[in-house]
Amino acid sequence: MQDDRDDIDPDNIRPDRRRFLECMAWAGAGTLWLMQGGVAHAGALLKGAMQPDATFSFVQISDSHIGFHKAPNPDPVASLRQSIAQVNAQPQRPDFVVHTGDLSHLSKPEQFDTVAELLKEAKTGHVFYIPGEHDVIGDDGKAFFARFGGGVDGNGWYSFDHHGVHFVALVNVRHLQGAGLGFLGADQLAWLRKDLAGLSASTPIVVFAHMPMWSLYPAWGWGTQDSAQALALLQRFSSVTVLNGHIHQIQQKIEGTITFHTARSTAYPQPAPGVGPAPGPLQNLPAGKLHDYIGVRDVRHVRGNGALAITEHTLA
Amino acid sequence: MQKLFVIAALLLAALSAHAAAPAPATYQVGIHNFHFQPMQVVVPAGATVTWTNHDEEPHVVTSAGNGFKSSPALDTDDHYSAVFTRPGTYAYYCSIHPQMTGTIVVK
Repeated sequence: MQDDRDDIDPDNIRPDRRRFLECMAWAGAGTLWLMQGGVAHAGALLKGAMQPDATFSFVQISDSHIGFHKAPNPDPVASLRQSIAQVNAQPQRPDFVVHTGDLSHLSKPEQFDTVAELLKEAKTGHVFYIPGEHDVIGDDGKAFFARFGGGVDGNGWYSFDHHGVHFVALVNVRHLQGAGLGFLGADQLAWLRKDLAGLSASTPIVVFAHMPMWSLYPAWGWGTQDSAQALALLQRFSSVTVLNGHIHQIQQKIEGTITFHTARSTAYPQPAPGVGPAPGPLQNLPAGKLHDYIGVRDVRHVRGNGALAITEHTLA
Repeated sequence: MQKLFVIAALLLAALSAHAAAPAPATYQVGIHNFHFQPMQVVVPAGATVTWTNHDEEPHVVTSAGNGFKSSPALDTDDHYSAVFTRPGTYAYYCSIHPQMTGTIVVK
């Protein structure tokens, strides 16, 4: 039964996996996360400081919600443009940008057009996209995949390698389950198993998904119903970083060698889990403070020690 | 003058028809804080049900099992109406927030 980790029961995890840390950072830029051996070390951010031995960096942008037009941000086009300007101001040009979903508010073609046009201004080698649930309304993602890439067999998921790091982009916003939880499905899990099969355990893995890959707040659908099956496939690797969006705020969790990070939105923040009657735009922000709550994430990879340095930038 | 009289007569006829057999009414379902309210509506056959989204989040009225035509994405204050001609129980949910469920019972 060497492979019994594939059948892991999330309610009965082994003691070594039980020793997890939960770290939360609610607001404000300037937290630098250095991950080593699955443990995050928080430190002060030296704004714009270079990691001299970083082999490359990339930027995560999320939840732009183009088409949203209410408080607290009637102009998410402007804030996405500012986010891109911030990316372009980085001293080290990122190798690529990944948008982790909810590009649009209502899956409208003109909203997709706006995002694609704006991201052409990003000074980077490539822009990767994955859909959020707002991007697959009405057509199960057909228009999104036609526009931004259909991945494997047109289903949207894909993987790629970059400087020794294996990147996996998952789609967990189709066929939502229960209380709105994300869902990967048997096809995608079977593909993931194959995709990871040939990799050595020392390969650093970075996973992109829109919805959180752990039960962050299931009552609001902040989780993925079958994420445990994906994590079981990932847990043999010595360094796994999972980056997602969806909840418009920063939260972190470490479980074994897997580290989870949710990202800020470029449009508007959402309430902390369970605060208020429902998720949705946090409207009563102090005047002029929106930019403290939205922004982008910069990730630097340092070859050799399996560490990723994650830096959060607000627009303020 | 004669034209006006004809219109008045037609209106009267329409009104009396209305009184004789109650015309199918429109039933309202509101969407507040990620809930359909009321969650269950009982309507006569032929009734129109109109949903209105009062949330800042978009919602989609999605028929479970294609019992009626699902809505497009409803932005804040958008409406969507469907006519229910055949008796039965029609379950629906929001495709982007499936925890939101509701039922239309057509008698």
